[in-house]
Amino acid sequence: MTSGVLNLVVKRLGIALVTLLIVLFAVFFATSMLPGDTASILLGQAATPEAVAGLREAMHLNDPAILRFLRWLLGLLHGDLGTSYANNMPVAALIGGRLVNTMKLAAITTLLSVPLALTLGITAAMLRGSLYDRAVTVLSIGVISVPEFMVATLAVLLFAVYLKWLPALSSVNEAHSLTDLVRIYAMPVITLTFVISAQMVRMTRAAVIETLSTPYAEMALLKGASRGRMVLKHALPNALGPIVNAVALSLSYLVGGVIIVETIFNYPGIAKLMVDAVATRDLPLIQSCAMIFCLGYLLLITAADIVAIMSNPRLR
Amino acid sequence: MTMARAAASRRSLLGHSYNVVGVVASLVILAWTLIAIFAPYIIPHSIGDIVDDDYFGPMRQALWLGSDYLGRDMLSRVLMGARYTVGISLAAVFIACFSGVVLGMVAAVTGGWFDTCLSRFLDAMNSIPSKLFGLVVVAAVGSSIPVLILTLAVIYIPGAYRFARALAVNINTMDFMTVARVRGESTAYLIGSEVLPNIIRPVLADFGLRFVFIVLLLSGLSFLGLGLQPPLADWGALVRENIGGLPFAAPAVIVPSLAIASLTISVNLLIDNLPQKIRDRDA
Repeated sequence: MTSGVLNLVVKRLGIALVTLLIVLFAVFFATSMLPGDTASILLGQAATPEAVAGLREAMHLNDPAILRFLRWLLGLLHGDLGTSYANNMPVAALIGGRLVNTMKLAAITTLLSVPLALTLGITAAMLRGSLYDRAVTVLSIGVISVPEFMVATLAVLLFAVYLKWLPALSSVNEAHSLTDLVRIYAMPVITLTFVISAQMVRMTRAAVIETLSTPYAEMALLKGASRGRMVLKHALPNALGPIVNAVALSLSYLVGGVIIVETIFNYPGIAKLMVDAVATRDLPLIQSCAMIFCLGYLLLITAADIVAIMSNPRLR
Repeated sequence: MTMARAAASRRSLLGHSYNVVGVVASLVILAWTLIAIFAPYIIPHSIGDIVDDDYFGPMRQALWLGSDYLGRDMLSRVLMGARYTVGISLAAVFIACFSGVVLGMVAAVTGGWFDTCLSRFLDAMNSIPSKLFGLVVVAAVGSSIPVLILTLAVIYIPGAYRFARALAVNINTMDFMTVARVRGESTAYLIGSEVLPNIIRPVLADFGLRFVFIVLLLSGLSFLGLGLQPPLADWGALVRENIGGLPFAAPAVIVPSLAIASLTISVNLLIDNLPQKIRDRDA
């Protein structure tokens, strides 16, 4: 790798860091605008004005916003996520187990959807214009065009209502055997896999088709290489960069999908925690959850960009 | 050159006029638009009236789409829901595309620090997942129709900006732009009379795509209970309030989902079936 690529990558990482700061700032201020005074919410209706004022003082709510932001940021650097307003537990403790649950969901979905989507995308590109290609394209457009919750409802209707294979709701606490595990994860994973794969199939297909239309791919065909050899040996290695880029970008859709899926299936993950926190106006909890989501999203799109930079042979 | 291009596009328009998918898609979009406008005059029952003794009633002669979780007429509620879903999304996409495209063209034409700062800032905005952004903002300032429209618009301005700027940067390198600059034209003239006419077609296609994104996000927010608040209900909210009917496949939960799908899929198909000339970035 030459210094040119290294420079670009470092620059991209710097941009990501600045972006993260701006995003944290935005999240902090949006949550500070949540209606209602936190101190009076915490103390309930019977609170005296003196008690409210005292609590405000103790929680530093009277300080200017920028000071609170910096204090929050400093806490983050020390790994201190703050204390939940709703039940006085450290946010880190609330998030810990939930985050693991969400990561498990995301990991299983990734393991399933990446091979599935790549196979569909590449084969559709190879058989471009065939009935198979058209079916894949129409199906992926269909899934992209409908909201995530509709994919989830359709999955429930099909697998839980008509076929009665799976339960409609999931709850991780009861996992004792493999069958339990399948019954718990099946529904959310199926829904997420559909949503993520549709994006990935489209982008993979486009990337491979673009490579197949290059002169060297045509050359391979002309010199007598079989279609399979042309795709696997000549086109695919060059399409790898765009494909990895597509995978990372599609995985960033997990962030949005997981919010809907965890809510609809009652899955005890971090997105459900956040939606509940919005209802109880639990500021530190919302901030931390939002931060984790933004961080994950940012990591994925930065990774996608870096792969795109590294795979560009003109920069080597 | 302009005349040749106009003739070519007319030919391709005529050439595509038999495209069945495109025609059907535009008919569906037209139907939903008309319903959105005239919904109050064509609904058979008032949306708040309880007309069925049973909840989650099936489809039948009297109630075409059955009844919802309170025994209200589903047909009327879906028709009125079109109003909110289409209306709010249209308003949001107008604001988003107008601001995004104008800013994008100005950034491309002026360049310099204005371009750099704006691009950086909007890229950062783009790095916030849209659903998360909606969740936080709507939770922060409450959920009314104006707040929803503005939030949705703000979320999709960066995308519209990026798209328009990329197109306008190409136009900016053309000779006629240099000529116009040398003539001493103002920025307003440059973007209005030189850049815009050259990028308007892909921008319109982008407008349609962004409309789909906004409909999906609005439905998602409403589904989470953060969109339109009762007694108003858009399609996403209709799915949410009737989700209890899912285990027995009640039409009340299926029909609003189908309504969303029919609208978004139609817009996507219409854009996909537009003549190449209109869709292409470098039209």
